[in-house]
Amino acid sequence: MDLSTSLYLVRPELILSFSSLALLLIAAWRQEAGRLVSILSVAALVGAGAYAVHYLCAGTDASAFEGLYRADAFGSFAKILIYFAAAISLMIAPKALEKMGAMRAEYPVLVILAAVGMGVMVSATDLLTLYIGLELNSLAAYVLASFARNDGRSAEAGLKYFVLGALASGILLFGMSLLYGFTGSTSFETIGTAMTGELSMGLLFGLVFVLSGLAFKISAAPFHMWTPDVYEGAPTPVTAFFASAPKVAASALLIRIVVEAFGNQVQAWQQIVMVVALMSIIIGAVGAIGQQNLKRLLAYSSINNVGFLLIGLAAGTEQGVAAMLVYLAIYVAMTLGGFVCLMQLKGRDGEMKESMADIAGLSKTRPALAAIFAIFMFSLAGIPPLFGFYGKLVVFNAAISAGLFPLAVIGIAASVIGAFYYLKVVKTMYFDESGDSIEAADDKVLRWTGGALGLVVSALGYLAIPLLGAVTAQAAGALF
Amino acid sequence: MIGIEHYLVVSSILFVMGVLGIFLNRKNVIIILMAIELILLSVNINLVAFSAFLGDLVGQVFAMFVLTVAAGEAAIGLAILVIYFRGRGTIAVDDVNRMKG
Repeated sequence: MDLSTSLYLVRPELILSFSSLALLLIAAWRQEAGRLVSILSVAALVGAGAYAVHYLCAGTDASAFEGLYRADAFGSFAKILIYFAAAISLMIAPKALEKMGAMRAEYPVLVILAAVGMGVMVSATDLLTLYIGLELNSLAAYVLASFARNDGRSAEAGLKYFVLGALASGILLFGMSLLYGFTGSTSFETIGTAMTGELSMGLLFGLVFVLSGLAFKISAAPFHMWTPDVYEGAPTPVTAFFASAPKVAASALLIRIVVEAFGNQVQAWQQIVMVVALMSIIIGAVGAIGQQNLKRLLAYSSINNVGFLLIGLAAGTEQGVAAMLVYLAIYVAMTLGGFVCLMQLKGRDGEMKESMADIAGLSKTRPALAAIFAIFMFSLAGIPPLFGFYGKLVVFNAAISAGLFPLAVIGIAASVIGAFYYLKVVKTMYFDESGDSIEAADDKVLRWTGGALGLVVSALGYLAIPLLGAVTAQAAGALF
Repeated sequence: MIGIEHYLVVSSILFVMGVLGIFLNRKNVIIILMAIELILLSVNINLVAFSAFLGDLVGQVFAMFVLTVAAGEAAIGLAILVIYFRGRGTIAVDDVNRMKG
């Protein structure tokens, strides 16, 4: 394995890192370069995504840098989702950020740097690469959360995210140091082979700490408390980014470390994952009920969705992992769409509206927007004709095939509670008296992305099932 | 004779102190930053001790990476704190409560 082969395998990350450096120079030399840099960043993400698609189609499965990094179908699939989510959150951002007076050229650069970090995370096969990728992503994300410098809520969101994120990294690191000490290696594969038979106390602690740190990053209960505050305070395009790309990256990382490093100790982590999954589903459903702020509501919705995702992991089978990847793909489309709709809610002076009272009677003033928002809400709730239902179906199917009947039954029951608040949003839009009028948005990008994502999660999405099924099966097969 | 368990006990105590420092401290956000550093340093003690006892260099390399990232993290944390202070005029932990629920 020589250096050139390794460099060949990390081309997506290389493209993104070099373009982030070049774009930073453009940002330094040109005034008001925000839009130009955004467009070039999307182009860089498309380029990197093309290589990820290429690796996926060519069935590349090779290690780079002496086993620190792995380019395989699993990583490539996750990268495609990540780059897609990052590109969407770049495209929808400029107008909204300009309104807040926060559109600077550093925004797209930070998103790209976060995307590099996430790409490293999903391809990491060593604790060292895992840590570097995770921190690159997190450090960029802390800055993004507090990007609207003049908004007190944004600064507070950044501060909270920073403190709790750093704590999570610390917990994760402590676990990794224990894993290293008790197995003598930082490579997932060697850790996996060393973790056979009875677990020693040190390894058990290491495993629990690593799982807790990663649960923080995917905002699974009981480590979810930062999510509503950060989602509410951060500028809406940034929130859309947080709810999609980092979730995919951290979930993919969790899958890889659980399967490759802890694969011989299923009974040690299965119960933890089951408890975390059920707690996330229930807390996500119950916590959202009283929320008046739509961003907070979507934050609880994302906690809820992470719970469903983890049900696939609890199954611990190849089918479960494939189901998780399907769920992630659909979740990214749904959650991005939800935020795109949210961003179109603007008052007469162009100020952002984000509370439940603001969408009352939306179906009369903006029927098309209300209809698309309703599609996303029904899809997130998992109502059958829409695509969100299919994600839940495959995940529960995997859990039942693995014999986890109680988990599936409680999960389905809790998803009924979750449906309540999604339906409440729809009810407010369609049956309540209209309050403040929402102006027709002049933003074509938002309208088109919202419409396109709406088509994906509508019943039309079922046409993509053969492709999605084949790709996720290939991706999951790369791990087992 | 000082064995690996002594190092582990010291690092665990430091780790717990760091975590408690984040949650029990009601005064000042700067103290939280110090507590975060304490957590990362306890991890470094672990890594270096394991590295010495295993006779394997990877742990020490890892510790260097942790140090570097900790420096970046502290810089970003302080920068966010400065923005926050400009807007609010205070860095008391109890005042970080504009969003709740």
